[in-house]
Amino acid sequence: MIIIITPDEFKRVSQATREDGRAPDEIRPLKIEAGILERADGSSYLELGGNKILVAVYGPREAQIKRLQRPDRAVIRCRYNMAPFSVEERKRPGPDRRSVEISKITAEALRPALILERFPRSVIDVFIEVLEAEGGTRCAGITAASVALADAGMPMKDMVVACAAGKVNGRIVLDLSEEEDKRGEADMPVAILPRNKEITLLQSDGNLTQEEFEEALDLAIKGCLKINKIQKEALKKKYGE
Amino acid sequence: MDIVPEIIRENIINLINKKERADGRALDEFRKIFIETGVITKAEGSARVKLGNTQLLVGIKPQIGEPFPDTPNMGIIITNSELLPMASPTFEPGPPDERSIELSRVVDRCIRESNMLNLEKLCIVEGSSVWLLFIDLHIIDYDGNLFDAAVLATVAALRDTKLPTAKIEEDEIILDYENPQPLPLEDTALMCTFAKIGDQMILDPSLDEEEILTARLSIGMRPDGTICAMQKGGEGSLTKDDILKAIDITKGRIPQLMEELDKTIPQAR
Amino acid sequence: MILVKDKDIVVPGEVLAKNDYYPGRGTFKEDNKICSSHVGLVSIRNKQISVIPLVSKYIPKRGDVVIGEITDIRFSMWGLDINSPYSGFLPASEVFGKEKRGLENIFNIGDVLFLKVVDVDEVKKVKLGLKGRGLGKFKGGVLVYITPSKVPRLIGKRGSMINMIKEKTRCDIVVGQNGVVWVKGDPEMEKVAREVILMIDREAHTSGLTDRVRDTLTELIKKVKG
Repeated sequence: MIIIITPDEFKRVSQATREDGRAPDEIRPLKIEAGILERADGSSYLELGGNKILVAVYGPREAQIKRLQRPDRAVIRCRYNMAPFSVEERKRPGPDRRSVEISKITAEALRPALILERFPRSVIDVFIEVLEAEGGTRCAGITAASVALADAGMPMKDMVVACAAGKVNGRIVLDLSEEEDKRGEADMPVAILPRNKEITLLQSDGNLTQEEFEEALDLAIKGCLKINKIQKEALKKKYGE
Repeated sequence: MDIVPEIIRENIINLINKKERADGRALDEFRKIFIETGVITKAEGSARVKLGNTQLLVGIKPQIGEPFPDTPNMGIIITNSELLPMASPTFEPGPPDERSIELSRVVDRCIRESNMLNLEKLCIVEGSSVWLLFIDLHIIDYDGNLFDAAVLATVAALRDTKLPTAKIEEDEIILDYENPQPLPLEDTALMCTFAKIGDQMILDPSLDEEEILTARLSIGMRPDGTICAMQKGGEGSLTKDDILKAIDITKGRIPQLMEELDKTIPQAR
Repeated sequence: MILVKDKDIVVPGEVLAKNDYYPGRGTFKEDNKICSSHVGLVSIRNKQISVIPLVSKYIPKRGDVVIGEITDIRFSMWGLDINSPYSGFLPASEVFGKEKRGLENIFNIGDVLFLKVVDVDEVKKVKLGLKGRGLGKFKGGVLVYITPSKVPRLIGKRGSMINMIKEKTRCDIVVGQNGVVWVKGDPEMEKVAREVILMIDREAHTSGLTDRVRDTLTELIKKVKG
């Protein structure tokens, strides 16, 4: 039998306010950088609270596998991967069911923004590496991936930006932390095209009434629009603005 | 594998024959080195290293497990590397390939054989409970010479690592996270890798140089000049003189690597 | 109504203008709005708004000249990498008459050639040719890779930029529209030319570039000559 002594800070559980002191409609501290890798065609690095996400884009490039090719457009492939050291308990390297699902819905969330018809028969690879996870990595991955795609020079109708809303302690809150996600009643990741607010990703895990759903969706969109500003700044900053 | 255009190959060889390199370095000079530690909060130890544009992260996670039957009083290190497809257009997703496994094993040998880590001190209960240290190398940007960057990052991450203290009270293991301790590191070893191009042995090959080399030699060395690991690679051969020359250069360069390391993360006392 | 200025940096999805403007390259129209589809520089000419991408991939067009590398030899053609999502092929008939034996005796894997895009068909097969002035295999020199969308900046108005580099470094320079540049001259001057070409690639979107390139050239050449 193993007994674990942990510092007091881990034991503290607050009920009334959000435990990290945030307002219900406040996102965690966010930082995005564009173009940080040498070899990739486009790249980005994002920190959101304790999340650290790195994204690389290769392409459009020649599809090595013929059956992947589409005669009328490019194909986008995503690979969401968690580093073994990104979580408390070491994760075995390689894909699992969760990362395969996230890879699929990420590709589908990004797809509507991309003008793929410009590059028939080619493939665009998006590699999302979660270096450290602290709740909300799929949304952070989508937000970062869209910056990396723009950095790679991909023609796009708009950026794609994602943020979750959910229900914690009976209250609808924005951008759930790992702790809130664990203890909360519902978590709902949303991705949008910010200009016309079309939704390209929607998942929900937990119980919400219709009123709560609508409140959460509005809040998630509000969060996305804030994050979109930081995406734009990151891209412009790379070119010295 | 990329095919290096003939023009680039010729240019590199012509320069090296004149003892020059495309990026202006001397033949026995490293690219710019950058080391940062403590980059992953959730890992007990971590480091990010850039060697020129080659970049990788190392994270260390401990677990308690059973020792190997033949070493009942020693902890265990497990080294694994991922050549991520993000790092190069030539890296494919999937389980570690032979390049990745060679990298992990060479790094592992350099750490293990240098005895820098006192594995006996990682034993909790002889024969039943020891610390297992997972050393995970995450390659994010590949621009040549992963070996030296990987060893440097691994040593930096080991120096950054703190384990909870394990006490035994009435047959129970008590882990105290409030008083974490640094690893029992008693020495250091670092690595210098050479590419043979033409008749020269050049230190820290860039990607282009690596792709046209005839043979490669990696030397793990401790600050006292003892060689603790070697690995020859590439399809060509080396002469004894080539090897002795490389050892000589390594002796001169280890202090530089040590200085870079100590500057960022000195050895805990 | 216009929402941006000439030479502003914009990102995909950004609204550039509403009503009474026309969408140019790098933009698209949605309802009455003109939006950017790239990270790039705004260019306003009369009532037309374009965005010049800061990064782009080379899409082969018939009539372009490109620099390619032989990566494959088949029965009757060579396969070439032309720094693009689409690879090219050079039919043996471009070099031989009807005789097609021993392709490797003419061009081998790794050889670098200056070629013309003869045709791009509907399945994106890029047919290359060598018939034209200056086309053929390069011997010696160095290669420099830049972003294809910055090739016009490297060449300059009526060749002003590239001619300045050629004159000052006394190097032969060939620019492929696919962003590959070949430079040959005195080895020290090759390095100077390479450095300023990369500088143009990095700073193509800034103003006063020609003057800065001239100053850098003078400075670097002074260093070489000691």
